[in-house]
Amino acid sequence: MKWIGRILPGALVLTVLAIGGWLLLASRGGGLAVPSAAIVTAENLHDPALIARGRYLAIAGDCAACHTAQGGMPYAGGRSVSTPFGSIPAPNLTSDRATGIGQWSFADFWRALHAGRGRRGELLYPAFPYTSYTRVTRDDALAMFAYLQTLVPVHTPSGASGLDFPYSMRSSLAAWRAMYFNEAGYRPEPAKSQAWNRGAYLVQGLGHCNECHAARDALGGVSGHPALSGGRIPELDWYAPDLSTRAGGGLQGWSEQDIVDLLQTGRSAKGVAFGPMAEVVADSTQYMSGDDLRAIATYLHALPPRAQPAEATPQFDARALARQGGKVYGQHCADCHGKDGEGVAGVYPPLDGNSAVTEPTGINATRMVLLGGFAPLTQANLRPYSMPPFAQQLNDSEVSAVVSYIRQAWTNRAPVVRPEDVSHYRHTPMD
Amino acid sequence: MMKTSPGTHLTRIHAAVAWFVAVTFVGASGHAVAAAKVPDTLQQRIAACTACHGVHGEGELKSGFFPRLAGKPAAYLARQLQNFQDGLRKYAPMEYTVRQLSPAYMREIAEYFATQQVPYARSPVPNASAAMLQRGEQLTSHGDPALKIPACSSCHGTQLTGVQPSIPALVGLPYDYVSSQLGSWRTGTRASAAPDCMAVIARRLGASDISAVATWLASRELPADMQAQPAGSIKPPLRCGVLGEHGGGA
Repeated sequence: MKWIGRILPGALVLTVLAIGGWLLLASRGGGLAVPSAAIVTAENLHDPALIARGRYLAIAGDCAACHTAQGGMPYAGGRSVSTPFGSIPAPNLTSDRATGIGQWSFADFWRALHAGRGRRGELLYPAFPYTSYTRVTRDDALAMFAYLQTLVPVHTPSGASGLDFPYSMRSSLAAWRAMYFNEAGYRPEPAKSQAWNRGAYLVQGLGHCNECHAARDALGGVSGHPALSGGRIPELDWYAPDLSTRAGGGLQGWSEQDIVDLLQTGRSAKGVAFGPMAEVVADSTQYMSGDDLRAIATYLHALPPRAQPAEATPQFDARALARQGGKVYGQHCADCHGKDGEGVAGVYPPLDGNSAVTEPTGINATRMVLLGGFAPLTQANLRPYSMPPFAQQLNDSEVSAVVSYIRQAWTNRAPVVRPEDVSHYRHTPMD
Repeated sequence: MMKTSPGTHLTRIHAAVAWFVAVTFVGASGHAVAAAKVPDTLQQRIAACTACHGVHGEGELKSGFFPRLAGKPAAYLARQLQNFQDGLRKYAPMEYTVRQLSPAYMREIAEYFATQQVPYARSPVPNASAAMLQRGEQLTSHGDPALKIPACSSCHGTQLTGVQPSIPALVGLPYDYVSSQLGSWRTGTRASAAPDCMAVIARRLGASDISAVATWLASRELPADMQAQPAGSIKPPLRCGVLGEHGGGA
């Protein structure tokens, strides 16, 4: 009878998709927003200032993160992006005419970025985060297009889609879009400062921060939760923390300068970027201007307070676990992170009050203990310090004990992590 | 009564200055102490490497899978880090660890391990028949012309202690490590710059030949001088990308 179990969710999804598709068709009418104004000519596409700005914006949007294969040429595609619905090849963005975007017009590019449609009008999978990019201005899109057209053509045929049925049918996207996507530009809030608006534009649009920093529902949408309130990143299996600096926020107590420091150097007085965020800092945010980083900080600093999570009631003898963990901590962690989890300024992050330690799931602390690794390498930190991986030295129960300890020691009050969880994260893919 | 005498006023200023100096001084010295606690050395910075490979890159003999790095040619080590970063060598923990290091930092780390001098330790030698050891010695020292397999020593040096700047030593490597690396070349989870001569050789070796070579290498007495041979002292029999494509065409 197992097949019923397999078919039922698929049937349910199809029903939802069909209803959604009907909703979309019913709500359509206006058709695609046709870009207006600014005439695009070959001449202004070759403007060096425009190209330079486009390069900056492509870095700020971290396009290369998905559109570059491991060891491959930047932006040349060839990488497969994993999603819970299967894998999706990230296409080649270089000017190659056969496999890249060398034959694209700006109207094609704009339609992809703003409306999530491919060159032939086909619906694009939202692994390409047009749900955020739809807020990018036409001027910024033009600059990026001008820059991408200058990339040396690299021939990288697109990989095969690895999507599961029914997600492999592009028509299923019509329904998804009806539920989760609105074509929209960024509308400035006149009551807020210019910096706040610039920050909001970058965070909500090109930076596509909410694509990771919000929980996704069963169909992969993020709309059901407050923006930037944190969530588990599917497939990667890291927890992207809540970004509010107010009471109950994941960055509670962070100053604007702490945020700028982390994005610019990879580390701040409050913590060090790790996991996927280390790559974001190393490849993208460290190259952003001080003004843009301060704008992002201004915007994040103004995010509302969050509801305090209920104090966890331990399901089993958490105290014994934490006692065992205290011993492991003294042996392996205290030398660098300090007896009281205070860390060493500028070198080793504090663990007391660190959202990487206390985020709701415990994934981050557990995986950090298992994997260790270097702080992001940035212009401000060319020879970063690193943390040893403990996957070889500590067994599941020791890792669970020490992670539970640091999640409950000092001022930290987060639920314990069980040995079964550690065992699971040991086998999570790393990239 | 509310009037403050000039003396009291001065005392207050003094106290404030003293307090300010004290806070500044204590703050600064507190910071200096904290910073001094962490040595500003490469060795301290690369705890992520030394946890498995040893503080001096002596390797972890118990498991056999964390090879010795000490004394290997720097260019070889730097290239391996680059290969892990590019995914030519597949081992997730290494790929994760080096994923965003710069070429300059990888080079510095490679040089650190290349210049470490620590005694070699013998790794456990698997039980092997005399015939297997003999086959291992034959392949290592003479190769197998019928299978177009060159002798290991033709590239890795007469004493198998490596050749500067990019060919590693084979002596002192555990059985598990050598056999798994040769296996990885066959399955494509270890590769190097094309033309990948080691991949060609590994595909020509059968499973039992890999076992024989790994056994013989692990059981061999270590030569007194473990230094790598000087650059240019060998003529590779195959074209190798890592050697700038010099070498023969077989």
